[in-house]
Amino acid sequence: MDRFPRDTTGSASRSGFSGRLHVQMVVNGRDVERDLDPRESLLDLLRERLALTGTKKGCDHGQCGACTVHIDGRRVLSCLTLAAKANGAHVTTIEGVAAADGSPHPLQQAFVDYDALQCGYCTPGQIMAGLACIAEGHATDEAQIREYLSGNLCRCGAYAGIVAAVRATAAAQEGGC
Amino acid sequence: MLTTRPFTYAAPTTIADAVALIDTGGPGTKFLAGGTTLYDLMKLGVETPAAVVDLGRIPELAIVDTTGDQLVIGAGARMCDVAEDPVLLHDYPALAESLSLAASQQLRTMATVGGNLLQRTRCAYFRAGAPFACNKRDPGSGCAAREGIDRVHAVLGVSDSCIATYAGDWAVALLAFDALVDVVGPGGERTLPVADLHREPGDTPQIEHTLAPNELIVRIRVPPTDTGRASTYLKIRDRESYAFALASAAVGLAVDGDVVRNARIALGGVATRPWRARAAEESLIDAPVTADTARRAGRIAFADARPGRHNGYKIELGARTVANALLIAAQRSVR
Repeated sequence: MDRFPRDTTGSASRSGFSGRLHVQMVVNGRDVERDLDPRESLLDLLRERLALTGTKKGCDHGQCGACTVHIDGRRVLSCLTLAAKANGAHVTTIEGVAAADGSPHPLQQAFVDYDALQCGYCTPGQIMAGLACIAEGHATDEAQIREYLSGNLCRCGAYAGIVAAVRATAAAQEGGC
Repeated sequence: MLTTRPFTYAAPTTIADAVALIDTGGPGTKFLAGGTTLYDLMKLGVETPAAVVDLGRIPELAIVDTTGDQLVIGAGARMCDVAEDPVLLHDYPALAESLSLAASQQLRTMATVGGNLLQRTRCAYFRAGAPFACNKRDPGSGCAAREGIDRVHAVLGVSDSCIATYAGDWAVALLAFDALVDVVGPGGERTLPVADLHREPGDTPQIEHTLAPNELIVRIRVPPTDTGRASTYLKIRDRESYAFALASAAVGLAVDGDVVRNARIALGGVATRPWRARAAEESLIDAPVTADTARRAGRIAFADARPGRHNGYKIELGARTVANALLIAAQRSVR
């Protein structure tokens, strides 16, 4: 795949800079191609142009974690990621974590089982951060889970349930479930 | 949606191309590494580059080699990766801790160790802009913080123009270990100490560092030191995680028998730039590290502090942070 945004304006390419970009990426397993303004965030690309509204815009300034997604398997804040940076990458959002038959991911089910949300607005970001926390090996005890989920704020205060859900899911994976 | 001013974009794949592009772009062209500071400030209208050179696709910028006598850390390496480097964790815990205690894992995954050095202040007046005066944002307009809510602002290195705190942690730890940065510009490569990278505000707070606009930090080097093993980065915050420092201390010790042979102390969260506390270091030489000598060193570190209206607590908090960091480092010298 072409890793670099192709200039779609023509004239600007002589300087090496482009005012309009063409990007390709794989979002939740689907190939996506779009022309975009360099200013566009990955969050706005996902929500406004790909209709993937599961990823939430909280602060839009990297302070709340609601917009957490994965790029090439690693968690990032989509609000502070230029969409152009995801060119050529694999992006996973909350819409991409359930099983093919639609059944929830074990961590999604754990959020239900452990009452890990009230209003739910932060939940997609919490789950994407929690999945990464487990994959990174940072979900071995409660203190570590709290530390590595500290970038995701929950104003309802469902933290106890969130930590319990991540801990239980990590333990089940460790046990081979 | 698009509150950011329009800009053009390029994503080179080599350092040479990046440096050439910054000249091609002319004034108003900026390097963008992780983007966690720059893109944020572009959304706020603080930064208004006409063109952006994205450094995220330059593999040679991210090379890390910690196996030799000196640490060599490519500027494009991710904070989250360097934080877990086994050599840093074991031989330079202050460096590793300064990274893992910064930001959140999402931000550390995006942000680079080079870009982080030039992270801009979190002063709320700077970020907000009008109607608040800010000499850093709009030179000559005044400083709303000096007459305002200055609780998180600096007490060291302040001027009548600006009391904004340097927000980073990593540069503070690097300063303690006399780290160097290698910089590339159109004229070639040069090296400068991290100690010479940041500026005190003086009457030009808008000029925060000593690099030319077309110079690029390509790597950070940490020379051999006997103070790496017995080191720590202690960061005191309003909440236990994911907050900027109210006070922090990077401390490294070389202890021979009972007495200190070499001490390094640098302060964060309390100064307008990463702040080396040399007089405090000297106070410990040939002395044992005890609660008394540690507290004395902490007080010396803040001897020149100039508090404002709401941040006087940082003098005592900072002194105690230094003292506790010294006691932690001393414990590590006996392991």
